[in-house]
Amino acid sequence: MISLTSAVKTRAHGWPAGGKLAGLSVSTVLLFVTHSPVILAAVLVGIISLYALAGRAFLRSGVSALRILWPFVVLVGVWHFWTQDYGTGAAIILRMVCAVALANLVTMTTRLSDMIDVVGWLLAPLRRFGLPTRVLELSIALVIRLTPVLIHKGAQLSDAWRARSAKRAGWHIVLPFTLVALDDADQIAEALRARGGLDT
Amino acid sequence: MEKNVALIALFAALIAALGLIPKITLGFGVPITAQSLGVMLCGTVLGARRGALSVALFLLLVAIGLPLLSGGRGGLGVFTAPSAGFLFGWPVAAFCTGLIVEKWRGAPLAAVAAIASVAGGIIVMYAFGIVGLSLALGKTWSEAALLVTAFIPGDVIKAVIAGLLTAALFKARPASVLSRTA
Repeated sequence: MISLTSAVKTRAHGWPAGGKLAGLSVSTVLLFVTHSPVILAAVLVGIISLYALAGRAFLRSGVSALRILWPFVVLVGVWHFWTQDYGTGAAIILRMVCAVALANLVTMTTRLSDMIDVVGWLLAPLRRFGLPTRVLELSIALVIRLTPVLIHKGAQLSDAWRARSAKRAGWHIVLPFTLVALDDADQIAEALRARGGLDT
Repeated sequence: MEKNVALIALFAALIAALGLIPKITLGFGVPITAQSLGVMLCGTVLGARRGALSVALFLLLVAIGLPLLSGGRGGLGVFTAPSAGFLFGWPVAAFCTGLIVEKWRGAPLAAVAAIASVAGGIIVMYAFGIVGLSLALGKTWSEAALLVTAFIPGDVIKAVIAGLLTAALFKARPASVLSRTA
């Protein structure tokens, strides 16, 4: 499974993931404090230069990750053009782009394993109360392993459908697909029990 | 215990896979992201608590940087985007859907599961989504609600499909439909 961590190595890859996440939380809250489009534009220029520091390829993949925002940008733009409230509209658009760009920056510069360590660290207090955090770590690993397996089985079902029908596979294949998942779960549960189970 | 963990993990993987298998297009051209169907199924099949846990596990994996949302989206950015309210509503939606299926035993399962999916997967999820949109876009709740009404017909169809699927799954694997066995 491919994570969204950038292959372009930056200095920020080495920084502690917990620190980056804390910084992201604080700066996202701060974005909502200001309503001045000028300040927000300055922040956006700052974020873009952070991306640019890591090189052109990094900047390009950062920009393409922002494409999910275009319907909202168009919507807010048209709305505030109509109401002639340009300042508010610009602030909303800039804040939205800044918030997503910052968050993507953390995702792109943090390895999956570092993120999982942070999750483990955040859960550590729960272990004191006797909650089995090992189960969550195992579940994360299971999902990462099983998603490609299920996708493969889904593709097989859809191929089998296409071999027999001129039409594309519709929602009908979701039933056998879910059945496959249920049966896999039975086998995985058995395999887990055979390896000593989860009750520790 | 093992079976619960396996089912929770498998349904999280199922939501991911539903975002990737060849796009499901309904008869009259309504494009359908099957992932919210997955959220409904988590509730109707796994029940309230396990369904919510499964959806939360899926979102955790998205947050730590796996591109599991439909269209290969993922990472922390999707949780700060204007549409993030919907994502935060997912586990609650699965919980409410599951709770209704667990408690309401008087009617045929297909009908119960479909109505539960409307209540959880549409009413609850849209409530979260609309609040999120109104916060991010600086609009009132009713203005934000107006923006998403176009998606409701597709989601009603998904709820009906979720109901039919749940009944069929219960017929095929009664022991695995935890909302009705446990």
